[in-house]
Amino acid sequence: MIEHAVPVLASSELVPAAAEIFIAAAACVVLLAEVFLPERRRGWTFVLAMLALAGATWVTSLVAMPERTVVLYGQFVADPLATVLKLFTYGIAAVSLLYSRDYLRRRGLLRGEYCVLTLFAVLGIQVIISAGSLLTLYLGIEILALSLYALVAFDRDNGVAAEAAMKYFVLGAIASGTLLYGISIVYGVTGSFDLGVLAVVVQGEAAGGIGLLLGLALIVVGVAFKFGAVPFHMWLPDVYHGSPTAVTLFIGSAPKIASFALAIRVLAEGLGGAVDAWQDMLVVLAVLSLAIGNVVAIAQTNLKRMLAYSTISHVGFILLGILAGNAAGYQAAMFYTLTYVILAVGAFGVILLLSRQGFESDELDDFRGLNQTSPWYAFVMLLLMFGMAGVPPIVGFWAKLQVIKAVIDIGLVWLAAFAVLMSVIGAFYYLRVVKNMYFEEPASREPLQAGGAFRLVLSLNGLAALALGLFPGLLLALCAQVLG
Amino acid sequence: MLVNILFWIYAAVLVGAALGVILARNPVHSVLLLVLCFFNAAVLWLLIEAEFLAIVLVLVYVGAVMVLFLFVVMMLDINVERLREGFVRNAPLAALIAVIVAIELGYVLWVRRLGVELPAGTAPLPAGHSNTAEIGAVLYTDFVWPFQLAAIVLLIAIVAAIALTLRHRPGVRQQNIGQQVAVRPADRVRLVRMKSEREP
Repeated sequence: MIEHAVPVLASSELVPAAAEIFIAAAACVVLLAEVFLPERRRGWTFVLAMLALAGATWVTSLVAMPERTVVLYGQFVADPLATVLKLFTYGIAAVSLLYSRDYLRRRGLLRGEYCVLTLFAVLGIQVIISAGSLLTLYLGIEILALSLYALVAFDRDNGVAAEAAMKYFVLGAIASGTLLYGISIVYGVTGSFDLGVLAVVVQGEAAGGIGLLLGLALIVVGVAFKFGAVPFHMWLPDVYHGSPTAVTLFIGSAPKIASFALAIRVLAEGLGGAVDAWQDMLVVLAVLSLAIGNVVAIAQTNLKRMLAYSTISHVGFILLGILAGNAAGYQAAMFYTLTYVILAVGAFGVILLLSRQGFESDELDDFRGLNQTSPWYAFVMLLLMFGMAGVPPIVGFWAKLQVIKAVIDIGLVWLAAFAVLMSVIGAFYYLRVVKNMYFEEPASREPLQAGGAFRLVLSLNGLAALALGLFPGLLLALCAQVLG
Repeated sequence: MLVNILFWIYAAVLVGAALGVILARNPVHSVLLLVLCFFNAAVLWLLIEAEFLAIVLVLVYVGAVMVLFLFVVMMLDINVERLREGFVRNAPLAALIAVIVAIELGYVLWVRRLGVELPAGTAPLPAGHSNTAEIGAVLYTDFVWPFQLAAIVLLIAIVAAIALTLRHRPGVRQQNIGQQVAVRPADRVRLVRMKSEREP
C-alpha cells in the first residue's frame, strides 16, 4: 500500500468564504426551524431569514479583503468588488423579503420554504460574485436558477404561475446547456477552468482562435439569457407577469447583481483578452434589447409586464457599459446595475403596497388617481418612474449618463445616440404611469393595508433614489474604487 | 494485447447498445439497453484501471438512476406513435442541426490537434495504487468548493420538490402507526361471559 500524503485544507482558505458558509448553514437552520416549530410560530422562520441576512452582512464586512485574494485552489475570489456586490445583495434581499411579507401572508404563501429558497438564491448570487473558475460560476448559476424556478411555481394552485415556472425552467435548462457547452469548448481549447489562468492564456493570437470564439459565443448566449437580453428575453415577460408579485420583485432585483457579476467575471476578467470578439456580440445584444424593450413596453397594459420589458431595455444599458471593455465602462455598468436594482425593488414594492386580498394591483389602470388616495406613495412611485426614465435629478439620469459617456469614449457615437433615442421613447411609458396617478380619477378608495415597517422602508427606498441622484458622487466613487 | 482486444469488443458493444437506445421502439427496451451501455462503459473504465469510477457508475447509474428511469417509463403510458408523428416534418431541421453540431465538434477536435498535444495512452499504474484515494484527494482539495456547492444544488432540488408537491389534504384516510402500535388487546377484543346454550 502506497502512503498518500493526506491533503489538509487550511482554515485560512475557508475564512474568505465565511459569508457563503454562514448563509448555507442559516438556510439549513431555517429549514429545521420550519420542520420543528409548531404551526402558530411559523412566523419565526421569516425573522430567522432576516437575521441570517443581517448576520451575513456582519460576516462579510468582517472578512472583507482589501486586495484581490484567491483561495480554495483558485475556485474562490475575494476582492472589494465581491464585498460591495454581496453587501448590496443582502440589503436588496432583505428589503424584498420585508416588502413581500404581507402579500405572502395574505395568500398563504408565507411558509418556511419561501425563506429557505430565498436564502439559497442569495447563496447562488454570492457564489457567482466570488467565482474563481467557470465550474464554480456554473454551480452558482444553477443554485440561483433552481431556487428561482421553485419560487416562481411557489403558488402552486395558480395556473399562470405554473406556466411561467415551466417556461422559465425549460428555457433556463437550454441556456444552462448552452453555457456548459461553451465552457467545455473553452476548457478544451485552453485546458483550464480557472478564470485567472484563462486571463493569462487568452491573449493576442490565442484570443482569435475559432475554437475559442465558438466557446465564447455560446458563453455570451448563456450570459445574455441570464440577463434577459434580446433575443434571449422570451422568458422574462411571462415570468415577471406570471409569478406572484413578491417573487417578481425578487427576480427583478437581486439576480441582476449576479448577472452583472457573471459578465464581469467571465468576460472582463477571464476572457478579457478576447474583448474585440465579445464587444461586437454585446453591441448586437444591447441594440436589440434597447429597441425591443422600450418599444414593446409601450403596448403593455399590465404594470408587471411593462416593467419586464423595461428591465430588458435597462439590461441593454448595462451591456453598453460592459461592452466598453475598460474600467470606466465596467464602473458605469456597476453604477447602473446597483441603481437600477434600487429603483426596481421600489417599483415592485409599490405594487405590493397597493395589493390586497384577492386584488393584485398590477394593471396600469389600478394606479389611476393614486395621488388622491395616497399622495405620498404616488410621489414615491413618481420618483421611481422618473428614475427609470432617466429624468434628472433622480439617480437613473446619472446612471444613463455614465454609461453613454463610456460608450462615446470608445468611439461608438452612433450607439450612444441610439441609446439616447431609445430612452426618450422609453420615457413615454414611465410618464404614462405618472399621468395615471396624477391626472385620472381614482378607481377605488380602499385604504392601504401595509404595515409600518413596509411603509417606512418603501419611503426610504424612494428617497434613496432621489438622494443618490442629488449626490451620486459617493456611489460613483465606490464603483471607481472597487473596479479601478 | 489482450487489453486492446477487450477494449474493441466492449467498445463495439457499447456503441451498438447506444444505437439501440435511440432506435428501439419500446421505451423499456431503450432503458435496458442504456443499462447495457453503462455496464460496458464501466468495463472500459476498468481497462484503464479506474476501478472506483467503474464501480460507482454501476452502483449509482444502474443501481439507482436507471431503476428510477424504468419506474417512470413503465408508469407513464408513453404513446410512441404520437411521439413519432412530427418526425418527417422535423427531420430536415434536425439533420441540419446534427450536421452543424458534427462540424463544430470536428472543428474543435481539429483545433485541439493543431495547438495542444493530446496526452499519450495512460501508463500502467504501480501495483497497490489507490484510485479512490487519488479521487478523494482531488475532490477534497482542488474541487472542495464546487463539490460542496453541488451538494447544495441537490439539497435545493429536494426542498423545491417537496415544497411544490407535498400537500396536506384534510379528509384523507391514513394509517396512524402510533395508534396501531399502542393498541391493547382490550381495545379490540371484548370477552363476553354467557351461559352455554343447548342446540334447539
